[in-house]
Amino acid sequence: MIFPLSRFDPASEIRRLQDDFDSLFSGHSGAVHAFPPVNVWRNEDGVVVTAELPGVERENIDVSVVGDTLTLRGGGEKQSLKEGDMWHRRERLSDAFTRTLQLPFHVDATKVEASFDKGVLTIRLPRAEQDKPRKITIKAA
Amino acid sequence: MATETRAMDKREAQQPQGVERTMTRKVFMPRADIYESGESLVILLDMPGVDEKSVDVTLEKDILTITGTVQPHIPEGHTLAYSEYEIGDYRRAFTISDVDRENITAVVKNGVLRLTLPKSAQARTRKIEVKTQ
Repeated sequence: MIFPLSRFDPASEIRRLQDDFDSLFSGHSGAVHAFPPVNVWRNEDGVVVTAELPGVERENIDVSVVGDTLTLRGGGEKQSLKEGDMWHRRERLSDAFTRTLQLPFHVDATKVEASFDKGVLTIRLPRAEQDKPRKITIKAA
Repeated sequence: MATETRAMDKREAQQPQGVERTMTRKVFMPRADIYESGESLVILLDMPGVDEKSVDVTLEKDILTITGTVQPHIPEGHTLAYSEYEIGDYRRAFTISDVDRENITAVVKNGVLRLTLPKSAQARTRKIEVKTQ
């Protein structure tokens, strides 16, 4: 049997089908994420949310917090070309965005801190005192 | 990876066959906007986490290579609860020609590198008008 030079590998086709199925049921289920993508770090006392917003000016980023909801808003500074200029490639995203995140607990809005450095937005949200679990002592009968 | 990457995912950089980096950190291709004006070629690269000290731009023959390193910032005492993007270094290379090498400028601001490559004198005057019969 003569195999054609272009490598047809049935095993990899089956593997690809498996991968596609896996990605359907794994965490990132193929749904398009809202912009900007965020990472969330947490411990018992608070949450840290980070987002990459390269090229956005600090004044154009809006961070607001209510209860257990965080809202990020901003962007929209589209680059426009002068007369006679020509695009070679256009890959960067620069649309305006609004994104709301549900946090794992209520946060103390007065103690939230946000910083923007090298295009990375970092928001520290301490847990609200009322929302902290209360230790209950178990008395001997 | 067999699955299609979504428009917003970072794309991993290609390494030449059989060549590896010494570090195990991932390398991504930064998104680029490139436009040409009468006098120069401008390249804008999104590299969040990079500043002027951690970016490297080299031009060898006609290949322009840009690399940026990112210090992973993990908040102390916290664990990752949810992740939508990965953090890694950046690398991308372009072939360019007709550039005035001595006057290339590079500026980094808010994680974006802006490279301005002025066209060389020959490139600017080379335009030959094409007429129809």
